[in-house]
Amino acid sequence: MIVSMTLELKDIPGQLVLALSPISEFHGNIMSVIHQHEEKTPRGTIPVQIRFEIEHQVLNKLIERLEKSGVKVARVGEERLRSTVSVILIGHIVHSDMGDTIDKIDSTGFAEVVDMSLSMPAIDKTSSAYLVINAVGENELSTALDIMRDVAKKKDLLMIEPIQMNSVGA
Amino acid sequence: MRTFRISIIGFGAVGQGVARSILSKQEYLNKQGIDLRVVGISDSKGCEINEKGIDIEAALLRKKQKGSVGAGNSLDIIREVEHDIVVEVTPTNINNGEPGIGNMRAAFGSGKHVVTSNKGPLALHFSELKELAEDNGLFFRYEATVGGAVPIFNLVHEALAGNTVLGIEGILNGTCNYILTRMSDERMPYDLVLKEAQELGFAETDPTYDVEGIDSAIKLVIIANSVFSQTATYKDVDVTGINKITLEALDLANKNDYVVKLVCEARDGKLTVAPRLVPKRHPLAVGGTLNVASILTDLAGRITISGKGAGSIETASSILSDILYIVRNSKS
Repeated sequence: MIVSMTLELKDIPGQLVLALSPISEFHGNIMSVIHQHEEKTPRGTIPVQIRFEIEHQVLNKLIERLEKSGVKVARVGEERLRSTVSVILIGHIVHSDMGDTIDKIDSTGFAEVVDMSLSMPAIDKTSSAYLVINAVGENELSTALDIMRDVAKKKDLLMIEPIQMNSVGA
Repeated sequence: MRTFRISIIGFGAVGQGVARSILSKQEYLNKQGIDLRVVGISDSKGCEINEKGIDIEAALLRKKQKGSVGAGNSLDIIREVEHDIVVEVTPTNINNGEPGIGNMRAAFGSGKHVVTSNKGPLALHFSELKELAEDNGLFFRYEATVGGAVPIFNLVHEALAGNTVLGIEGILNGTCNYILTRMSDERMPYDLVLKEAQELGFAETDPTYDVEGIDSAIKLVIIANSVFSQTATYKDVDVTGINKITLEALDLANKNDYVVKLVCEARDGKLTVAPRLVPKRHPLAVGGTLNVASILTDLAGRITISGKGAGSIETASSILSDILYIVRNSKS
């Protein structure tokens, strides 16, 4: 699972290492660390946002270990939607019921449209939209893309997808 | 010195490019011990024949001044003139492959190797031509049909020999790439860029063949047949062109670190030509009129090559390379 955590560290040397090393010890794979020394909390601690991948079973042990060593775990969240894809739609997006297009994805329960930018140059011209779809896994993402393709075809929208082999060996 | 006699069938931009490159490479060829002798040239109006070797410079001049290399003369060069290699560079005809297909059948039937840039016959009758060549113990080389100067087939069949090709992605139409690049970089609408491309000679007066993805699809068919030993035709390709792409769509892509390209894909037996989002830093994200092919293999991983996909001399580069392949590999 992918976990995002906000930790609060004391403003003394060595605290970041103290916070990160237990994650490695539990075989977690750290994906990003945002450490802003200037932005202190009202409590005078320093917030650190960490994203990492870890086995589900050891998460509670990790939290316990962190708290014991004096690192405050302020927030823990699981990133449920870990696969993502961007697509562009061109056509009469608004007039073909944009809400319905998005709902077709959102109603699956395993995928969501998490971002959308729309560009409408003039009323009688075709619009273009950039959508980001997230899903719980690669298979679900692929199903969501199938649904989107189907919707695009029915509504006569041109759908531009990313190249397929992008993730492989690039 | 080994002498190889060749005919150039079709004397348009590519045919003249071949003649010019043979002329300019005389010293190189001599050093290699190769005497490439052009014994016949034909265009739509006539032909010239000289078994001792045509004066190429004079032939090019005559073509320029009179519009034909030998108007009035008509002879079946392929069948009736004794030579080794037929360079078939007549225009692509995607409806029935003529006159290219007839020329190639005649060449193989009369014991001559074929080097070509003509896509029509390969898109329609690839397996027949391949078999004809093999049955007669002749070479059939067609590097110039796809990607202009970019050596896709040589790379796959020679340099990457032993690899299993898992998939190929490419941008194989310079006109579409030019239009999409200009739209994106200059923020010019599709119609305006198309007009500009036509004025610059990058696009035909009837741009359908390019912008609707037909040319790309034909090239993808040749790749599928050559690399994956498929027996695909144009009808097997799922084709979407670039004519509906808006400036706003390119802007949205750009803001999110993508470019939009007309990408050809051959993977898992599926052939697709469609506009795709390509990450800006991806090797496929080449601009202008460039062509690119990215080959995914089991041993070598991903190999990407790009270069000029059109142009008289650039295409002649692939043809000359094919001619020399035959020269080096034939026993006679």
